[in-house]
Amino acid sequence: MNSGRIGAVTNKRHAVGRSLFAALQRISCGTAAKCLRNYLAQGRENHCDPYLMGAGTAKPRGTDTVKIGTPKEIFKGEARVAMTPDSARQLQKLGYDCAIETGAGAAAGFSDATYVDAGVEIIKTPAALWKSADIVAKVRQPTDVELKRMTKGKTLISFFNPAGNTEGMELAKSKGANVIAMEMVPRISRAQKMDALSSMANIAGYRAVIEAGNNFGRFFTGQITAAGKVPPAKVLVVGAGVAGLAAIGTSTSLGAITLAFDVRPEVAEQVESMGAEFVYLDFEEDQADGAATGGYAAVSSPEFREAQLAKFRELAPEVDIVITTALIPNREAPELWTEDMVAAMKPGSVIVDLAAEKGGNCKLTVMDEKIVTDNGVTIIGYTDFPSRMAAQSSTLYATNIRHMMTDLTPEKDGQINHDMEDDVIRGATVTFEKEITFPPPPPKIQAIAAKPKETVPELTPEEKRAAEVAAFKAATKQQVTLLGVGAALMLLVGTVAPPSFMQHFIVFVLACFVGFQVIWGVAHSLHTPLMAVTNAISSIIILGALMQIGSGSFLVILLASLSIFMAGINIFGGFLVTRRMLAMFQKS
Amino acid sequence: MEFGFTIAAYVVAAVLFILSLGGLSGQESAKRAVWYGIVSMALAVFATLVGPGQGLWLLSLLLIAGGGTIGYVVAQRVQMTEMPQLVAAMHSLVGLAAVFVGFNAHIEMGNVLAMSHEAREGLEGFAALLAHKSPVELSILKVEVFLGIFIGAVTFTGSVVAYGKLAGKVGSAATKLPGGHMLNAGAAGLSFLCLIWYFNTGGFLPLALMTLAALFIGYHLIMGIGGADMPVVVSMLNSYSGWAAAAIGFSLGNDLLIVVGALVGSSGAILSYIMCKAMNRSFVSVILGGFGGTAGPQMEVEGEQIAIDAEGVSTALEEADSIVIIPGYGMAVAQAQQNVAELTRRLRAKGKEVRFAIHPVAGRLPGHMNVLLAEAKVPYDIVMEMDEINDDFPETDVAIVIGSNDIVNPAAQEDPNSPIAGMPVLECWKAKQVFVSKRGQGTGYSGIENPLFFKENTRMFYGDAKASLDQLLTMIQ
Repeated sequence: MNSGRIGAVTNKRHAVGRSLFAALQRISCGTAAKCLRNYLAQGRENHCDPYLMGAGTAKPRGTDTVKIGTPKEIFKGEARVAMTPDSARQLQKLGYDCAIETGAGAAAGFSDATYVDAGVEIIKTPAALWKSADIVAKVRQPTDVELKRMTKGKTLISFFNPAGNTEGMELAKSKGANVIAMEMVPRISRAQKMDALSSMANIAGYRAVIEAGNNFGRFFTGQITAAGKVPPAKVLVVGAGVAGLAAIGTSTSLGAITLAFDVRPEVAEQVESMGAEFVYLDFEEDQADGAATGGYAAVSSPEFREAQLAKFRELAPEVDIVITTALIPNREAPELWTEDMVAAMKPGSVIVDLAAEKGGNCKLTVMDEKIVTDNGVTIIGYTDFPSRMAAQSSTLYATNIRHMMTDLTPEKDGQINHDMEDDVIRGATVTFEKEITFPPPPPKIQAIAAKPKETVPELTPEEKRAAEVAAFKAATKQQVTLLGVGAALMLLVGTVAPPSFMQHFIVFVLACFVGFQVIWGVAHSLHTPLMAVTNAISSIIILGALMQIGSGSFLVILLASLSIFMAGINIFGGFLVTRRMLAMFQKS
Repeated sequence: MEFGFTIAAYVVAAVLFILSLGGLSGQESAKRAVWYGIVSMALAVFATLVGPGQGLWLLSLLLIAGGGTIGYVVAQRVQMTEMPQLVAAMHSLVGLAAVFVGFNAHIEMGNVLAMSHEAREGLEGFAALLAHKSPVELSILKVEVFLGIFIGAVTFTGSVVAYGKLAGKVGSAATKLPGGHMLNAGAAGLSFLCLIWYFNTGGFLPLALMTLAALFIGYHLIMGIGGADMPVVVSMLNSYSGWAAAAIGFSLGNDLLIVVGALVGSSGAILSYIMCKAMNRSFVSVILGGFGGTAGPQMEVEGEQIAIDAEGVSTALEEADSIVIIPGYGMAVAQAQQNVAELTRRLRAKGKEVRFAIHPVAGRLPGHMNVLLAEAKVPYDIVMEMDEINDDFPETDVAIVIGSNDIVNPAAQEDPNSPIAGMPVLECWKAKQVFVSKRGQGTGYSGIENPLFFKENTRMFYGDAKASLDQLLTMIQ
């Protein structure tokens, strides 16, 4: 609000700065913070100004400006960071101040200097950061130590695993902190931009293929070289969720023959659109529509499972790389790749188990490790794929957080508005104002698909034939009735009307008939020319006027003349404009 | 002898007229078809001029030449976007001519009946025809004249009002006098009474009274129909002008008039039917104005309209392989067809597949969009009908909606309570990305909220269509 004026009087900045501080005492707190922030933003572009350098250190903390802080991840091996310099710039546009623990972004390739350039405050210790920040954004589930640093009214945005972290929720509740769990963001279209699970799964899927390639001794793509022919690798992706689809995309673009399987047959189209072949089972069952469970797979019946395993057994000797991504929310990962399948695979094959964290889709998987079986099959059970691509995953995660903050700050005034009426925010919030709000009520809007589609039962050939016959009969009946009524009316008219009238009448009826037959053939694109030309020829009424103009009566001559004149306009105008229009239609 | 020649000429003309309409089945044959129409019209006029009972042919020729000059000038000057107005205006002329010819027939009838038997023998032309009619034939003639004038009068005022609405001289909203349909019904009832009166007395008064009633019906009926239903109205008036000609043909005993009138009448009727079908509404509900009652509250529209600038659109277009453009009346209003065509040329030059999807009721006239695109030299083989292209949307990278609203409204399929529920629409939301070029956030002609604008893959490209496209063209070279 004041920044424009300040910019205009650069050489008097000291004076203006002081008057601004004087003004701060008079106006309300929120507005004051905003003025100050604008003022400081100005200062960042002018590092040489001594007064402003001073102002930077003397900046009021906490109560005035809402600060978003990101600590360094303390989980071992975690390289991601919840705030990037880019996201910090966007957050500042929302009116927040940003702070980061020193070295938090280092593992992801963001140095402290780049944060400083983006106007982020660097805080030396985690304790200081947790103390000064009003909103803490981080990646991994917080530890008890971290949670204990939360105080009343502070907001934590992070992965939280609320279903398996009751103690964490209790602790947050007792501290009075509001916790938003990123994995609880509902799967509705509007919330896609903050769906961190999807953005992380996307990276995991990509990285899974890369890791597989790293451990696979051959090319993905088939080649015919002077040194011999190389067959393409065959990749099977089990589970076509976000991670599965990302894996399919990566694998096909590397040139491998990609097969994909999912228990939800409706994803076959998506799979095929990514260039993979969907593996269908010969199995009859009412499949639950995945959309009813928020786009996730549901538990399948034992018969279905058997059919599925039989199919995998058949595929096991052929495929070189298997990527399993099958997870069902809050359950042990289903075993899909059994030991005998591993044994049936060719030596040198690779299995990447993206479900390793939940026990693995293959029982031989060892979490966070890479093992090689006796028959030379490599099984990768890493759980930190996103962290292995920390720069990318941090960028995406930080963007998800930023979108979450945008939704939390509808006014863009740097004040958080934790709206528990909003489906997305309500769904993701697990503790709020000393209450545990997990699990959330079902969202008001249905996820993805509104309702299960009524599937039209497939008609047997006999039924189809019967339907056709019935339709034909109905059409015949209708036509015969119409003809009958028409003929009866005609006869009725014929009994009273004189023959001279009937002659004309027959011409009329035939002309109507011809008209109907002819006009149906007219191209839709030529409807406007059709109207213009029918308009022109409807001035055939000129014939009537021409026949009458020879009469002796003055009035008749006058009216007939007028008619001829108007019809003349119409004939020429109508035909010419039609010609003009038709001349424009050109073929490419 | 001469009479035989006239009839022969009429037969040839009738065949040519039929061929002229039939030729419109394809763009190339259509160019030939217009010539058939012109030749047959010339033949018909010539045959009538040299036919029996014709006097004052010099005056007739002068009048035709005079009218022709005006018609020629108008046809040369008219903008393609003004086509709907022009067609409506020309219909009004046919309607008025039908009224005049009908009155003439009435006057002649009176004159001939007043003559002595001997005098009748000396008559020629139309009068001679009248002179030889039996009483029953004369009664039928009265009905025919009456009908001709009635339909002609309705067509005349109806077309004038339609012209006013299309040209923006009259507000396009549906307005009705207090009393609504009752007034129309009253006027129609009055006309019917006049018919009985006229049938029995043959006086001028009932005829004049009926004409006034019919003029009122034409005016009030079309005033009560909203702008979005204009395609139906114009084709309906087209149909009426044909029926009026046919009715006059009956009263004059002229077969060519009957044939052509019937052709035009059925053509207009089919067009109206196609338009109504494209809006999933019955003809009666369109004509009586207003939408059918809705069954319940409309679906709440969820989400927000997300705007995008020209740069974003151009980036998306650069990346897209297949593009579908959906023009609507907004394009005509903004006169943006040349820019659309230029954009199409540039994109096609880059090897992208660009096609147009035309909804049957896009614009204010059946086929309006096709004509505008043709004017801007968009090749007609990339301009598709709704049924041809609807299945291709899922494989389309970018769909651009320019100035259309209801014809791309997913509520027609998703919301059974929507006023347009069941109307076939272009399923552009199935494309990977949709850009909507639109003036502002308002609803369309029918005032129905469009959930398309709130969809996740939709971006709103606000601004005047022409200005927006100009901006876009600077970025796509």
